[in-house]
Amino acid sequence: MAGGVHDRIVARWGAEVLEATMAHGLLGLVVEPARIADVARSLKCDFGFDLLLDITAVDWPERTPRFDVVYHFYSTTDFVRVRLKTQVPADAPVVDSLAALYNAARFPERECHEMYGIGFRGNHDLRPILLYEGFVGHPLRKDYPKHREQPLVPYLK
Amino acid sequence: MNSVPKHERSPSPLEYLTTKKDEFVGWARKFSLFPYPFVTACCAMEFMAVSSTPYDTDRFGAALPRFSPRQSDLLMVVGTINHKQAPVLRRVYEQMCEPKWVIAFGACATSGGFYQNYAALAGIDKIIPVDLYIPGCPPRPEMVIDGIMKLQDRIARDRHPIFTEKF
Amino acid sequence: MSDRPPLPNPIRPAFAPGEHEGTSIVNIGPSHPATHGTVQIVAELSGERILRADVHCGYLHRGFEKECESHTWHNLIPYVDRLNYCSALINDFAYCDAVERLMGIEITPRCRYLRTLLAEYSRVADHLTCNAAMLMELGAMTAFLYLVMLRDYIYEHLAAVTGARVTYSFGRIGGLANDLPDGWLERLEWILGQYDEFVGRVHGLVDRNRIFIDRLRDVGVLTTADAIDWGYTGPVLRSTGVPRDLRKDTPYLAYAELDFEVPVGIKGDNYDRYYVRMCEMDESVHMIRQLAGLLPPGPISVDDRRCTLPPKHLVYTEIESLINHFKLIIDGPQVPAGEIYSAHEGANGELGFYIVSTGGGVPYKVHCRAPSFAHVGGIHRLLEGYQLADLVPTFGSVNMIGGECDR
Repeated sequence: MAGGVHDRIVARWGAEVLEATMAHGLLGLVVEPARIADVARSLKCDFGFDLLLDITAVDWPERTPRFDVVYHFYSTTDFVRVRLKTQVPADAPVVDSLAALYNAARFPERECHEMYGIGFRGNHDLRPILLYEGFVGHPLRKDYPKHREQPLVPYLK
Repeated sequence: MNSVPKHERSPSPLEYLTTKKDEFVGWARKFSLFPYPFVTACCAMEFMAVSSTPYDTDRFGAALPRFSPRQSDLLMVVGTINHKQAPVLRRVYEQMCEPKWVIAFGACATSGGFYQNYAALAGIDKIIPVDLYIPGCPPRPEMVIDGIMKLQDRIARDRHPIFTEKF
Repeated sequence: MSDRPPLPNPIRPAFAPGEHEGTSIVNIGPSHPATHGTVQIVAELSGERILRADVHCGYLHRGFEKECESHTWHNLIPYVDRLNYCSALINDFAYCDAVERLMGIEITPRCRYLRTLLAEYSRVADHLTCNAAMLMELGAMTAFLYLVMLRDYIYEHLAAVTGARVTYSFGRIGGLANDLPDGWLERLEWILGQYDEFVGRVHGLVDRNRIFIDRLRDVGVLTTADAIDWGYTGPVLRSTGVPRDLRKDTPYLAYAELDFEVPVGIKGDNYDRYYVRMCEMDESVHMIRQLAGLLPPGPISVDDRRCTLPPKHLVYTEIESLINHFKLIIDGPQVPAGEIYSAHEGANGELGFYIVSTGGGVPYKVHCRAPSFAHVGGIHRLLEGYQLADLVPTFGSVNMIGGECDR
């Protein structure tokens, strides 16, 4: 059952994605940034991946393109997961937003934006969600020092 | 606490009465603490435990929380305060009326705990003055009660001027 | 006072006053008892009815991911604990499971059953806390005291095995920190008897109480399609009527061998969320009773020197064990390069860990897929259209845990 869905996805998209690997029970697809929305729509409508679990990013500062944007999907009918990954460069870190397809994408995209600086085309609300107004920089990037604090209230003494 | 400003010094025959007044007011204030539980994180679990049976802060008169800073006199900062929450904490502290005391409950409120990074404030005493620190991650309820009793001793021994130069 | 600069506002609300006629904007939180101290809701009200709600979290963001990148795989277990601090053991075991799968380590049978037992025990503590807080916010102080008294028994009991009451740091990669002390299972049986009594009393107080039915029924209604669209999992999704539970759908640990049911609700309102949690606690207690009889004897941690510390008598006598111990503590267990996403059923829903390793003892990335974060993303749908006073039970029934939501 689980293998069936993964096989069908590879059969449909295997030729058009950059990479399709099975590891630890999960199918991982690497696609070009421009095709994210198409693949996600196909996963939702054709393959039954109705639950978007999470959107996050990984920073590889020595690599070009620098960022990996990682999506995880779950199917509540087949009980399998799929990982979708795309790679964006540091000078233009923008992907299409999935907020129109999955409302669950809104908050994780805001978090990705403030933590890594990744833009999401089509999501009009990219205000900071975990950080605050006035915070400069993207803390989860590898070049942001862990201890650099930006206090809002002046310290006593 | 020991040095008295000149304009507040009372003539010696009356000092017996002011000391007794301080003791009485201190006794009344220490047994009717109205905590403002500024609760954020895991220490909340121990705060809930210490407020209910079997550890019960009601025995100390400190059971009734007042969620308005205007009505409370003990600010218990329970849990991690980060830089986003710091203006909120400062505003709540400023809105409380004198006399007020502040307890830093837990390691994160005392010093930031083990969150030494861009997000967490390394101790609330950077932005508000603190009267009592209760360490622990989270502190056991017995430690909290010990802390409250220490604070009560301090309130009992303190001077309680009813009329000050500001009033 | 007036000569100091004004305090800055850490957020930017989505809407401003004056956009609609006759409405007012009210700020609820973040220092508010009903919002568990870490969520701010900017609500546009028409009289008492909420028209729009703009929810802001992040007031407990403590930089979990950034901290994890500078600690070894073992040393970051206390940080993982403090994610969902109401059921800290579930976080421990979910993280350890993810690292173990990446390393290719199989835990011992005793560890598997014991982790399942302790995870269910933690789940009971979490649901007790959630229901106690929600009922207290509605005014039922007695129910709060009953449930917290029971939770206190559980805390003391877990302190007997782990050493701490709330945040345990008990999971280890490859096993657990230590085994159960003598007499632990007998005390467990006594506590489960107390559970039956106390929870029975709370059922008697709340279930058919006119006030609670009026306040909780048909308030904060969520349909299944909406729930899945907004990323809801766990008791909130089950209260809408679908029996989606990772313990049944994709069994892990020892769940495949246990006999339990998945309670579902009818309408997806606050009353259903409360009742689903009460039934889940009953199922957890049933599972714990089964597991207490199923625990096999044997070692608690797998005998694999890649992750488990060697026994102390060997560390003090053999040079290889000494070096092994030293390397595990200073450098951390070496996890092969790769990535994994592994999810367990947390008390609030799907608790996932996405871990990226480049080899070495320090992780490259540890990301927690927090159910509470997804829930807060959609909570405005549960608030809009209802009264301001309904915000309190709705927020309480969704069980947003700040440590998990803001990480």
